[in-house]
Amino acid sequence: MATTMDRTCPRAPGRWHAFLLAAALPLFLGALLCDCTYWSSYESQWSNFASWLMAGGLVFAGIALVCALVDLFRAERRGGRTLAYFVLLLAVFVLGFVNSLVHARDAYAVMPSGLVLSAVVLVLAGAATWLACSHQACSHQAFAGWRAGEGR
Amino acid sequence: MKRAGLRVAWVLPAVLAACGVGDDPDPAQYGANPALPERQGGLLPSMEIANPAQWGERRPTVPPGYTITAIATGLAIPRQTLLLPNGDILVAQGRGGNAPKLRPKDFIAGRLKGKGNTSVKGGNRLTLLRDANGDGTYEVKTVFAEDLNAPYGLALVGDALYVANQDALVRFDYRVGQARAGGKPEKLTDLPSAINHHWTKALAASPDGRWLYVGIGSNSNITERGMPAEVDRAMVWQVDAQTGAHRPYATGLRNPTALTFQPGTDTLWAVVNERDELGPNLVPDYLTSVREGGFYGWPYSYWGQNVDPRVRPQEPDKVAAAIRPDYSLGSHVAALGVAFSTPAMGGAFSDGVFVGEHGSWNRKEPVGYKVVFVPFRGGRPSGPPLDFVSGFRGADGKTRGRPVGVTVDPRGALIVADDLSNTVWRVTPVRSR
Repeated sequence: MATTMDRTCPRAPGRWHAFLLAAALPLFLGALLCDCTYWSSYESQWSNFASWLMAGGLVFAGIALVCALVDLFRAERRGGRTLAYFVLLLAVFVLGFVNSLVHARDAYAVMPSGLVLSAVVLVLAGAATWLACSHQACSHQAFAGWRAGEGR
Repeated sequence: MKRAGLRVAWVLPAVLAACGVGDDPDPAQYGANPALPERQGGLLPSMEIANPAQWGERRPTVPPGYTITAIATGLAIPRQTLLLPNGDILVAQGRGGNAPKLRPKDFIAGRLKGKGNTSVKGGNRLTLLRDANGDGTYEVKTVFAEDLNAPYGLALVGDALYVANQDALVRFDYRVGQARAGGKPEKLTDLPSAINHHWTKALAASPDGRWLYVGIGSNSNITERGMPAEVDRAMVWQVDAQTGAHRPYATGLRNPTALTFQPGTDTLWAVVNERDELGPNLVPDYLTSVREGGFYGWPYSYWGQNVDPRVRPQEPDKVAAAIRPDYSLGSHVAALGVAFSTPAMGGAFSDGVFVGEHGSWNRKEPVGYKVVFVPFRGGRPSGPPLDFVSGFRGADGKTRGRPVGVTVDPRGALIVADDLSNTVWRVTPVRSR
């Protein structure tokens, strides 16, 4: 876990934290692609897929949000970037939840707001992940460490 | 905006404060030309799920000059009843449907709506009630037939008793006085049963007994399970009583939950449950005569030419052809029973139609939960509905019963099936006793 991280790198996400972000992003991307397909095909099964992908993304983003909240109160990780990251992730979760309610509507009542929200959520989730890993050393440590299987 | 219309425990963030539809008093949306408000689409549908309670010493409310008694209790989800020539009553019991949960919503909504229904398992049987000496007490309660599959619609033509299971139309031999079926029924025809989102199969026989009419509900609220699921759905079939051959008789009827013929005519009438999630006052459930070959709008439009934008692709030609129903009963009342009255019912209730209303879930202020009487004059609806049996939902907010099927006894009685308290009620004019 995060105890293996180098303390000189203040804003690196912990390994599990990085895993959560990495899991949420493709689910949000999948939701958007399914929405696009429903938009153009009128085949409602794509809307069902989008509902589940959005729900799955929210599970991972929600846990990541809790991690980000904890980081906000940990002295060594405090900072403007940590706060910005938290706010972005909060926006992802709130808009994603609203989007889940939109996707609970029947048939084409999901459109167009569901498609727009899926796109916004994906962009925000991408930005949050980018921000979390933007410090070169940090991303190197977080992800390289993960690859090497350190701290098992 | 007002708060979300949810009393059930459903913990949601403050973001939902912006999505309730707010107060929605009953707008008295009755008759041939109901006011139709703008469509509303909040993030959460307004909901008020029935909070079940026991009757205890209470009874449903009937008009002065009438009395109500429970003639059978302890049933297993009674839905529709049939009066036999000797005065015996058959009660179809069961609950059908096997719609898979497709979305996260289905898991949540299914649990919430289930709270407003009985926890008893459906009986999948017909029970016979008999009052041998005519004193108003039905001393015999016996199983007429069992191992059926969610039986609902019932019709008797001569010595043939037809039962509409959720998946097939079957026929029993019947002779007057019989208290138990002679054997297994014979299948006349399969009925559309894949998914069976709206599973009830309403049934009526033409006056000459040659045709049977089967009401088949849609497989979704508004096509959210896809159009292929709607083949042979949301329509009334005409079935040849001898051969089982069938064809669509009328289409675009979202959920025709009860059918009956107007006495002395060849006109089929239906009560139909319309679509949800367009707001508390859309779309009105209705009572209508059913025209052969008629298209009544679902899914493309409602109440005539009001286009439903949730359906894609749209079909302007179908919308243009959509028939306006005869009589609005009000939105979300959930009409599940229909029966023409008889002069023996007396007074203001001798000419018209009784309608059993199961009650709403998709609005904050509940509607329905009663049996209403739609007065007729010259064979057509002639005024606003009158409450005939009410009090199923008490002033304390508890729901003690939910009416389903209604049947008129020509001797002067209304039989009401109640699938929450698992009771059959009988309402009679006091002076006829």
